Amino acid sequence: MAQEKTKQEIVAQLQKDILLLQGFKPNHGTTQCIGLGPIEAGFPNAVFPIAAIHEFLCSTPEIAASSQGFIAGILQQLMQNDGTCIYISQSRSLFPTALFAYGVQPHQMIFIDVGTERDVLWAMEEALKCKELAAVIAEVRDISFAQSRRLQLALEKSQVTGFILRTAADRIATTACVARWQIKPILSEQVDGLPGLGFPRWQVELLRVRNGNPGVWQLEWKAGQFAVVTAAETSDVRRRKTG
Amino acid sequence: MQRRFLSIWFRYLVTDWQTLRRPALKGCPFAFAKPERGRKIITAINPEAAAEGVTLNMNVADAKAIFPDLEIIDTKPGREARLLKGLGEWCVRYAPIVAVDLPDGLILEITGCAHLWGGEASYLEEIVSRLQSKGYYTQAAIADTIGAAWAKVRFDNTAPIVESGMQAHALLNFPPASLRLEPQVIERLHKLGLTKLHSFINMPHSALKRRFGDHLIKRIRQALGQEEEYLQPICIPEPFQERLPCLEPIRTAAGIEVAILRMLESLCERLQKEGKGLRKAILTCYRVDGKIEQVSIGTSKASNHSPHLFKLLELHISTIRPGFGIELFTLDATQVEDAPITQEALWAGKQGLNNQEVAELLDRLAGKLGANVIHRYLPDEHYWPERSIKLASALDEQPATAWVKDRPRPTMLLKTPVVIEVTAPVPDYPPMSFRYQDKVHYVRKSDGPERIEREWWADAGEHRDYYQVEDDLGQRYWIFRSGHYGSDTPSQWYLHGFFA
Repeated sequence: MAQEKTKQEIVAQLQKDILLLQGFKPNHGTTQCIGLGPIEAGFPNAVFPIAAIHEFLCSTPEIAASSQGFIAGILQQLMQNDGTCIYISQSRSLFPTALFAYGVQPHQMIFIDVGTERDVLWAMEEALKCKELAAVIAEVRDISFAQSRRLQLALEKSQVTGFILRTAADRIATTACVARWQIKPILSEQVDGLPGLGFPRWQVELLRVRNGNPGVWQLEWKAGQFAVVTAAETSDVRRRKTG
Repeated sequence: MQRRFLSIWFRYLVTDWQTLRRPALKGCPFAFAKPERGRKIITAINPEAAAEGVTLNMNVADAKAIFPDLEIIDTKPGREARLLKGLGEWCVRYAPIVAVDLPDGLILEITGCAHLWGGEASYLEEIVSRLQSKGYYTQAAIADTIGAAWAKVRFDNTAPIVESGMQAHALLNFPPASLRLEPQVIERLHKLGLTKLHSFINMPHSALKRRFGDHLIKRIRQALGQEEEYLQPICIPEPFQERLPCLEPIRTAAGIEVAILRMLESLCERLQKEGKGLRKAILTCYRVDGKIEQVSIGTSKASNHSPHLFKLLELHISTIRPGFGIELFTLDATQVEDAPITQEALWAGKQGLNNQEVAELLDRLAGKLGANVIHRYLPDEHYWPERSIKLASALDEQPATAWVKDRPRPTMLLKTPVVIEVTAPVPDYPPMSFRYQDKVHYVRKSDGPERIEREWWADAGEHRDYYQVEDDLGQRYWIFRSGHYGSDTPSQWYLHGFFA
């Protein structure tokens, strides 16, 4: 047993060394917990990558709406202390009022509504260079590898978090984004058996993450923070309902 | 610094312009005429007509008697003013203050300008030869006062530059008309034998005033520089303006960049010293061929930060067409506001909307994409979802009321609600299933209704009963029924948004 433990430790240490060689520095002191619980363990050094582009696959409006909710939950942490966020899109559907339920001040969000996809990417690149922003969100149909590489390079100096909502799901090209997510809505559970809708619940799929471990989790937005839904919890409720 | 004025006289202004328009007229005598009291009077003649003995203010019939082939063209009122304004705008490259001097001249205030062209003689030479090459017969003179320069150019142009302080001496031998007087006064002076200025310029002013009025005294004092004369400039120079004349015409983007950088640096230095920042600026490029290229920028906050302003102008460099080259750049700060001096922070946290860098980013986006692409929303005191938010007017405007938290609102709201087909029990239950975009959704859970009444003072129509529903896949929607059941019009269901 003790032997095994040391082996695990050795592997963990080796992984850290590899990450260090790859340029991932563990940032002591400023580590920010984003509130994603066990999902964060899948990231390199178990820290949500702040200076990175996260892409979200949104093939349907329902998935896009869930992704927006999930991103808003992350923004709650990123936009503390009056942080500003920029939202760039061609035909915007995000309803600012809804952000308030996720702890984001909607008036701290600046919307850029442009005419073409080219302008969306140009505006995003410019915005990512500004280090005083908390985050930049863009809605695009599709993004090529070269375009995503440009965005990643733009933010490396400024350490701004970028989120891309990709609406064209039919072809998924390789990108330079650090993480690829898909947030699907799933059936909510009624709270204490009361009628009506439960808390918003999603199946969070981390499809790809650089230097990390992908995975699938079920998350709920409850009392202003993310809560992981365990298998026991769901079965418990189900049993009560049937019984 | 002693003020200096340049007077330009276009002796054949209208006829030169006509010759430029119709080259066939070159060398032919012609004149402009206008009807006056039932006859036609000549108002302008070209040198060829003058050589034939035609004079100004002559009756057309008399002129035709002297020279039957004289071509007569009708005068249009206001033509001189228009021509002079155009020429004056072109002359801005030589001096910032240019005024029209009707009917046939321009006045330039050239204080501190002539040394850029290597002294007054070469400056004058340059202006005259450039205007001559345009096709206008031009004469010019420089003096300390407007009156002296005006007289010098029209009455004795042998030595066009009157040295500083010598205007009284230069004027002595001129006739009274050189003082820009009314014809009646000139006539009276001549009648009294005062045909030269030296014969009356030293008379006591009280004696002159009694016989010829205030105007003569004023004109004498103005010509001698004892009284201020004001000009009305064609383009009023901005208090914050930078000019950059170029020795060689500039044709490349790199050259324009250098010019912009140099002007911005000195402009920003001045603005910083006075605690100001610019909100709007115009870059004007005067081309060699007389055309003018303009680029304007605007900022959301008063800025005197030259790298930022340069970035805004840089976006527009590609739209400047230099043609054969640009010989003068001017940068005007058309709108200037007080800019608080910001203290450099040792470490910058992620602050809010007042952040300088965020404001600069928005300026860049607005510069390229237009100012109407940037939106920010504040809560508005309306329940009606479409009206519950309003656009913020300023970048740092804070909400007057709190955001709504107790009513569920979808993360994605459709701009216009979409009609759906439903199966719903009457009267007040949420639907059991609905069809949206050819797909049937079976409702498993629902909340509601939340009734939102239409604001009768804003528009007419039915109220809405909103339900939150979740289908069998867990997808959550915001749907509503418009109006009551049982009324004359069948009630319609709509889908209005998607919940997270």
